[in-house]
Amino acid sequence: MQHYSGFGLLKHALSYHENWQRVWRNPTPKKKYDVIIVGGGGHGLATAYYLAKEHGITNVAVIEKGYLGGGNTARNTTIVRSNYLWDEAAHLYEHAMKLWEGLSQDLNYNVMFSQRGVLNLGHTLQDMRDIQRRVNANRLNGIDGEVLDTKGVQEIVPMMDCSANTRYPVLGASWQPRAGVARHDAVAWGFARAADSYGVDLIQQTEVVDMIIEDGAIVGVKTNRHGDIKADRVGCVVAGNSGVLANMAGFELPLESHPLQALVSEPIKPILDTVVMSNHVHGYVSQSDKGDLVIGAGIDGYNGYGQRGSYPTIEHTVAAIIELFPIFSRVRMNRQWGGIVDTCPDACPIISATPVENLFFNCGWGTGGFKATPGSGNVFAATLAKGEAHPLAKPFSMFRFYDGSLIDEHGAAGVAH
Amino acid sequence: MFYIYCPHCGEHREEEEFHAKGQAHIARPADPDSCSDKEWGEYLYFRKNPRGLHHEMWVHAAGCRKFFNVTRDTVSYEIKEVYKIGERPSVVAAGN
Repeated sequence: MQHYSGFGLLKHALSYHENWQRVWRNPTPKKKYDVIIVGGGGHGLATAYYLAKEHGITNVAVIEKGYLGGGNTARNTTIVRSNYLWDEAAHLYEHAMKLWEGLSQDLNYNVMFSQRGVLNLGHTLQDMRDIQRRVNANRLNGIDGEVLDTKGVQEIVPMMDCSANTRYPVLGASWQPRAGVARHDAVAWGFARAADSYGVDLIQQTEVVDMIIEDGAIVGVKTNRHGDIKADRVGCVVAGNSGVLANMAGFELPLESHPLQALVSEPIKPILDTVVMSNHVHGYVSQSDKGDLVIGAGIDGYNGYGQRGSYPTIEHTVAAIIELFPIFSRVRMNRQWGGIVDTCPDACPIISATPVENLFFNCGWGTGGFKATPGSGNVFAATLAKGEAHPLAKPFSMFRFYDGSLIDEHGAAGVAH
Repeated sequence: MFYIYCPHCGEHREEEEFHAKGQAHIARPADPDSCSDKEWGEYLYFRKNPRGLHHEMWVHAAGCRKFFNVTRDTVSYEIKEVYKIGERPSVVAAGN
């Protein structure tokens, strides 16, 4: 792998940047792999990377029906935080946060991780009680967090309307300074490039159309372009399409796929240097390095695979953002899109063995998967390598819906559930 | 934007008057006490999540507040039919 550095940039400037190596190969798949990962988004690519790096398993293929990082990795609002309420979820997201903090160096690829802090606003007395409870729980788990009052919020975001005259006045917020944003595409590309350098085959534009199951164990997958590909173990990391793949393998998951929307404005000068989220009025906003305001909406209430959302949902979110930031009222919106998120009844993911032997699923991240990308890949790689759940992944088995040990994160999942 | 026909009101109304309430035709186990954890868990949490035809319940929340069923394509979002609770769908996916 070509090492990226400032010196390399200068060197390539001399040859007019015409001799850069391709970032990854475009290989023809082998007949058999140790591990096949279905889904070449951020989580799938991270899984492949950690399989190779931490477990020495390099005979791995990532099979992607479109192009790398073209699904929800390309469609999210790039927020990274770890202030979850329950121990199980807090440990998992904090594991991811610690990996984020060294990720650019680790991958030799700038993922533009910017720890600019995240505010979760409270607009009612109950909001503030919940925020205090969550911040206390976070601190007991070693996760940074502060409870701010209205004045504290106003100091961080002076242009936000924190007056008492609004429909839902800002009473305070939880503040996680280590949280922030990352460049979503760079995360997928960085993991892809690093995985490829270990010899992982990234097979794009190849759809898995069926699973080959013998005696209750998976032995490979059927694809539309490269025929059957065998594998000892298969991991599915396909977000919104998890239910479809589970059906191929003959079981159901406790998931429902919904469209989740986001929109960005035209680029404007720097105006917002942190991330503002509000569960109560339901909207969240940050500003990208390019200058556009990145705004996230809620999910549509109905099941859908259309990768587009309904207009009332956008209208509702924009109304909430304008309520908080009257100054944004004349900013023009540039683009709007939808991604398909697989929501779980308890707003927590599934990282799990399945009724089919050697077949594992990493899904159900719902509206908040991006922040977990490195952590999710890391624990799922360990799960695939050893054939049993990583200690941090153990509470997230799909079988928790049989024994009732749910992890209710509807509150800390923040918005959009 | 959906334009949904409420079979109780006999009118097409805009999506915002309605709420989607999930998969239709889920029968509550006749004797919950005799269910295994697996059966009860599946009843509570496991859902069909098809890419294609889906039978689902909607409620006319800002109208007559009654429930009804809809058969809808989850990719094209086209509503194929609307029918009352207790009735069976006439549009069904092949293999069902």
